[in-house]
Amino acid sequence: MSANIKIKKGLNIKLTGQAALSIASLPLPELFAIKPPDFAGLTPKLLVKVGDEVLAGTPLIYDKNNENIKFSSPVSGEVVEILRGGKRRIMEIKILADKEIKYASFTKANPSNLDRKEITDNLLSSGVWPFIRQRPFGTVANPAETPKSIFISAFDTNPLAADLNFTMPGDDPNFQTGINALKKLTDGNIHLNINNRGNTSPVFTQAKGVVINKISGPHPAGNVGVQIHHIDPVNKGEIVWYINPQDVLIIGRLFNEGRFDASRIIALTGSQVKNPKYYSTVLGASIKNIVDDGGLEDGDHRIISGSILSGSQVSIYGYLGFYDSQLAVIPEGNEFEFMGWLAPGFKKYSMSRAFFSWLQPKKEFDIDTNLHGEERPFVMTGQYEKVFPMDIYPVQLLKSILIEDIDMMEKLGIYEVVEEDFALCEFVCTSKIKSQEIIRRGLNMVMKEFS
Amino acid sequence: MKPLRKLLDKIKPNFQKGGKLEKLFPAFDAFETFLFVPDHTTTAKGAHIRDAIDLKRTMILVVISLIPCLLFGMWNVGYQHHLALGMNDASLIDNFIFGAIKVMPIVIVSYGSGLGVEFIFAIIRKHTINEGFLVSGMLIPLVMPVDVPLWMVAVSTIFAVIIGKEVFGGTGMNILNPALTARAFLFFAYPTKISGDVVWINTSAGKGQAIVDGFSGATPLGNAAAGLADKIPDTMQSFIGLIPGSIGETSTIACLIGAAILLYTGIGSWRIMLSVFVGGYLMAVIFNLFGLNTLMQITPLHHLVLGGFAFGAIFMATDPVSAAQTTAGKYIYGFLIGMFAILFRVFNPAYPEGMMLAILFMNVMAPLIDHYVVGANIKRRLKRAKPVKDA
Repeated sequence: MSANIKIKKGLNIKLTGQAALSIASLPLPELFAIKPPDFAGLTPKLLVKVGDEVLAGTPLIYDKNNENIKFSSPVSGEVVEILRGGKRRIMEIKILADKEIKYASFTKANPSNLDRKEITDNLLSSGVWPFIRQRPFGTVANPAETPKSIFISAFDTNPLAADLNFTMPGDDPNFQTGINALKKLTDGNIHLNINNRGNTSPVFTQAKGVVINKISGPHPAGNVGVQIHHIDPVNKGEIVWYINPQDVLIIGRLFNEGRFDASRIIALTGSQVKNPKYYSTVLGASIKNIVDDGGLEDGDHRIISGSILSGSQVSIYGYLGFYDSQLAVIPEGNEFEFMGWLAPGFKKYSMSRAFFSWLQPKKEFDIDTNLHGEERPFVMTGQYEKVFPMDIYPVQLLKSILIEDIDMMEKLGIYEVVEEDFALCEFVCTSKIKSQEIIRRGLNMVMKEFS
Repeated sequence: MKPLRKLLDKIKPNFQKGGKLEKLFPAFDAFETFLFVPDHTTTAKGAHIRDAIDLKRTMILVVISLIPCLLFGMWNVGYQHHLALGMNDASLIDNFIFGAIKVMPIVIVSYGSGLGVEFIFAIIRKHTINEGFLVSGMLIPLVMPVDVPLWMVAVSTIFAVIIGKEVFGGTGMNILNPALTARAFLFFAYPTKISGDVVWINTSAGKGQAIVDGFSGATPLGNAAAGLADKIPDTMQSFIGLIPGSIGETSTIACLIGAAILLYTGIGSWRIMLSVFVGGYLMAVIFNLFGLNTLMQITPLHHLVLGGFAFGAIFMATDPVSAAQTTAGKYIYGFLIGMFAILFRVFNPAYPEGMMLAILFMNVMAPLIDHYVVGANIKRRLKRAKPVKDA
């Protein structure tokens, strides 16, 4: 049953600023926020107004297209601001946290003794549900549907990503409880995919009621989309759900303790951080005290919540993203470089051997945010295919989106991909094409067509 | 380089929207980005870091890989010239200088006319100037005969850039390889200047010099087509490139040095290069079995080092824009180029240089190959879905 998959295509980008294996615990920050733009395809509707008192687990917003799906406050406190962007789009709902978190109470029960509806209701009313996402589209899962399987990737191959074996050591009983709850949501398997190289935390290897698949290979082997493609691919009309391992713990805590405890361990990484290490915090936390504690080098830098290859830029006064377990700080590359395209390039990282940096294959690089060129039409071929381990033609799929041919997008496999699957394509692209943005545009087109 | 940067920043507003020279922005932009990699950064969502490679770097590496062919071509022009005049003792430097004097004007005219058209188009159509012509501008002189009139180089270059590239939307959109379009234009518009036995070797004799007896200026393939088997240089001589032909194509060694650069840096497609050679080799083996005429009797290995076969396989067939784009498609595309090149050579003595036509033909066919390769992928996906529906 369990699969053993070797991924050959891909690229491990070696960056400086790996987090040291130690966890710092800081006092919780004052401000927290839930950011609706974290959720693809969500049209948020407010359930609170400024000045309302909320508990951890009190719903703040719901999805206009599916009123059952609610997004809750991760801490207790007062709603202090609702930040809106262009067209009055809700960007952030900010909470001023209490000193001591007060939790709303939810059903506390062994999920094995509950039926599917009771589990779904508990997840929905507590606001834990949105941790479960679906393919196609990468949106929050629809509770009315039954997925053919649920996927959990137990390792993250993104550059500088948090090591899940470190953030989830031992045998936290909440993980098994979470699995038991998820088990009731699907008629198929729960696929827990572990890295075939190195030691895997017992919390994963000793999990029961799951199919454990072994995956090996370079990034994006740890991306759940690649794993789904190789183990149980999504065809038109089919649905697969997926969830991050740390969020399975949140489900477990909901059933074991009857509360929405969104605490999470994150990695502060990147070349601009003086002391990169792990921090214990809570979902939606203001990042300032964490970044300040890590210390930054001088100069312009960019802070990213999530992966360096597919995350979102946040300001120093910003907040941790809903699904993110990594913060990265890298230098901003907003400088001109004289004859940069002609220079030998001993310090320039490239997948190709077009720069002399290939002389040091083991070197860790400090890459800034410069585009290293200008956007051009597609010229080079075969480049995306080197880092795209799926039986999908990436360039042809992107072109079908550019010409807005929905029929062709379906045929070429748009149901199997989301932005992060194209992150490496975007990284290696000679023509500097924004593949991830194009893929999201295509997904939105398809969603609109069939809604 | 701060003063230069300051100067550019100072004059930049003139070219930006509302400036006096707004219309010339593409020209300014090309110049500025040539001097400085711009300060553009990645978007706030997506990949925050990017590979250091860009199209300028890619193109300049292709140009570098062409330099061995250019240098050898210059030397060979002088060598062939002195050989024709019976001056067998001409030194390496003499040969090279003579060749450089003949070849450099062609290079300059090619770049000058091509870039001129690119700038005009960029200004009219308000797009940035792409780097594609950096390579085309070097390829065009290398596939020209040395005695081609300069105005013809200019006309065919302009034709290639406009009809071969710009009408389709510029770099990345063209169907045919622009450099070969230039050569094909010359070939059909002025056939006497790119075929026969007078254009390949410069035989301008100075005072007291005369062409040696028994001299023939035809290319080896021209001689083979005429059935003159004894006038074909042996494989080793052709491999080194001591034969008449277009300026840059004669030396297989120089081409292979270029191939090594392209393959090692990861810019050229080894799949296409390999399959062109395999296709050509197999076709020549088949013809050897019949061996009905001189061209059919040429050994497979000899075929691969004659004419523009190696040059075409390494630098022309691999143009990513006009080649097949799928992995499987590249093998088919390359294999057929190799086969057709030898086929054209053997069966159509009017076009002994079949490589150019084979590549142009397969450029046109490449989208069709990709269509079927992608179609197979679509079928695979549909097939995968079926068993689930039955269940």
